[in-house]
Amino acid sequence: MTTTYVAPDDKRDVKKAQKVAASDRSKAENSLGMKLVAPAIFLMLLVTAFPMLRALYLSLFNYSLTVPEEREFVGLSNYLTALSDPLFWRDTGNTVLIMVITVAVELVIGFIFAMVMHRVIFARGVIRTSILIPYGIITVVSGFAWQFAFSNSNGFVNGWLPFIGNDFNWFGEYGSSMIAIMVSEIWKTTPFMSLLLLAGLAQVSEDMLEAAKVDGATWWQRLWKVILPNMRSAIMVAVLFRALDAYRIFDNIFVMTAGAQGTESVSFLTYRQVIEQFQLGIGSALSVLLFLSVLLIAFLIVKIFRVDLAAARQEG
Amino acid sequence: MATVAVLALSGSLLSACSGDSGKPTLNWYVNPDGVDTFKEYAATCSEGKDYEIAVQLLPASATDQRTQLARRLAAQDSSTDLMNLDPVFVAEFANAGWLAEVEGDLAEAITGGEYLEGAAETVLWDDKVYAVPLWANTQVLWYRKSLAEAAGLDMTQPVTWDQVIEAADSEGGTVGVQANKYEAYVVWINSLVQGAGGQIVSETEAGRDAKVELDSDAGRKAAEVIQKLADSKAAQADFTVSNEGTSLGQMFPEEGPGEFMTNWTFVYANYKGLVGKPGGPADEEEFKDLGWARYPATVEGEPSKPPIGGIDIGIGAYSENPEEAMEAAECITSTEAQVDLAINDGLMPSTNAAYDEVGASGEFPEDLLDLYRTSVDEGGPRPKSPFYSQISSAVQSVWHSPTSVDPDSTPKESAEFLADVLAGRSLL
Repeated sequence: MTTTYVAPDDKRDVKKAQKVAASDRSKAENSLGMKLVAPAIFLMLLVTAFPMLRALYLSLFNYSLTVPEEREFVGLSNYLTALSDPLFWRDTGNTVLIMVITVAVELVIGFIFAMVMHRVIFARGVIRTSILIPYGIITVVSGFAWQFAFSNSNGFVNGWLPFIGNDFNWFGEYGSSMIAIMVSEIWKTTPFMSLLLLAGLAQVSEDMLEAAKVDGATWWQRLWKVILPNMRSAIMVAVLFRALDAYRIFDNIFVMTAGAQGTESVSFLTYRQVIEQFQLGIGSALSVLLFLSVLLIAFLIVKIFRVDLAAARQEG
Repeated sequence: MATVAVLALSGSLLSACSGDSGKPTLNWYVNPDGVDTFKEYAATCSEGKDYEIAVQLLPASATDQRTQLARRLAAQDSSTDLMNLDPVFVAEFANAGWLAEVEGDLAEAITGGEYLEGAAETVLWDDKVYAVPLWANTQVLWYRKSLAEAAGLDMTQPVTWDQVIEAADSEGGTVGVQANKYEAYVVWINSLVQGAGGQIVSETEAGRDAKVELDSDAGRKAAEVIQKLADSKAAQADFTVSNEGTSLGQMFPEEGPGEFMTNWTFVYANYKGLVGKPGGPADEEEFKDLGWARYPATVEGEPSKPPIGGIDIGIGAYSENPEEAMEAAECITSTEAQVDLAINDGLMPSTNAAYDEVGASGEFPEDLLDLYRTSVDEGGPRPKSPFYSQISSAVQSVWHSPTSVDPDSTPKESAEFLADVLAGRSLL
């Protein structure tokens, strides 16, 4: 609901007002739309805004569930503690690393899968389904499956990789643990990326592609000059969704290393403060920081791709 | 259709709350050790009563047990009536107001000498009783008599860590401990520090303002023992990730003289059941070579402080049937129940009366039972603090890996970090 109704007597924008006023139908549609989304907005406020405000409030206290009577107001000191703690920055570094690498790899593989699903002419259903299967598997299950795969006692990865010894312990050190976590993450979510990109591919007009072909454009040129520019909104949506998701990574780390070897993410750090140590104050401060990071990432991605989603919607 | 489903669902929920016979159900959350005996006593203690006890299983790790119970109790769950608690969580739960106070005759029995002192101590917080000890665990020094003899170590006298490590080293044997990054490593560190006359923290009633005492001679002495073992040939191959199970196989190895091992009371029943099987003594004769002695001393001449563990029964503060729950707690911790747990599951009692009966049954050697009793009576509990889990994690994060422990820096560094964590200045 990004198009707003502008009153006809608003002299600053008479032209636009006349345009809007001219369409009674669009006015009625807008009003109906508002009514239709109102219950959803109310429910969203109830289930998301309330906990967020509550977390914001709790983050200003030194508050442990096991000593409720000692709760004291400490202002922004929890934020200072978190932001000045090397552990927080180490975990943020891990999270950013996982996000950047997994999203980049997923974008490339996801695009290839999307092309395959788009162009395939035989066994279309089977191919599309098999590409999408990993996304239907619960992350915890895929985490366990990959943990077994990388295990040095009963996994197959060591056996398949000729340059790695059979007794190599993937979870024994930082670098290899991170690789295992990222492989599981990429395997699980690439289908989601390819699904979003497939939707974008379907929007690229065949006429344009044909025109480019007639003009003598090579396959590579068509990809870079026609297909990708026309998919910009779809790519942004895919990258945005996956980046925000990847920044909140928790399940794979929880299952595969439980944060050992310094592989903890910001979500995992927050989980430990709140759920294991019952430190609601600092835990809430961390979740607010996590929320702010996610907002920042969303803002940056929208800026980088320079896509006006509202405009995109109008075109459609 | 939906209405029918809702009705069916609410019907089944209601029956879950009240039992088939209309009696209220008391939920008893148990840890996975000795579950069969718990189930038996849940049935026995429900007979002829106006309630039914239902056993609910908790996860295997103590951390997960604590998390699950705490999440229920923090939400004031009225269906958590009885729960098996690791002793270190009693202070934390009692301070949060999650446990009902035990009063009357039962409380008097606990504080009045019917229970082993070390076990009774674990259920006290703020001079009040908040749980009922069910079984009491402790660690002793398990060893091969032939190994000690070859090394010329007189095991009839109290031995020190230094002596044990040197004896094992000199004969090609090993010393088994728990030094992975988990709770049992803190158990070891705590006993070493207490054995040298110190504490990890004191004045724990002050909560966040507790006094951190690791940066002391006792702390340094403890670090010296760990360093000595880490640098010695007596350290086992998996020393840095060792747990209660990893060193069991080193006692009766196919080759070599065996080991000295500090471990809990389950060890005796474990080897007894493994005679002639892989990982156990080859025959009865070799089983007789298994010796036991008091937990090693940190400092020569000062009595050691053996670790204390076990399970206490807590009563949920939000239970809808507090009186019934209290009655049930008394029944499931009765002398008969404790004797059954000892004989069936090797989980040793917390009362003197139950110890006497276990002794009379002839299932355990008399001197071993005496050793357990003295160990629990004179043992050293871990810090009783509402912040125990933070204290434990903070100690683990600085003292692990044991190969990096240095008496000059580790106690000081961990004391500073622990103080910062308690004050909310550092993340954990």
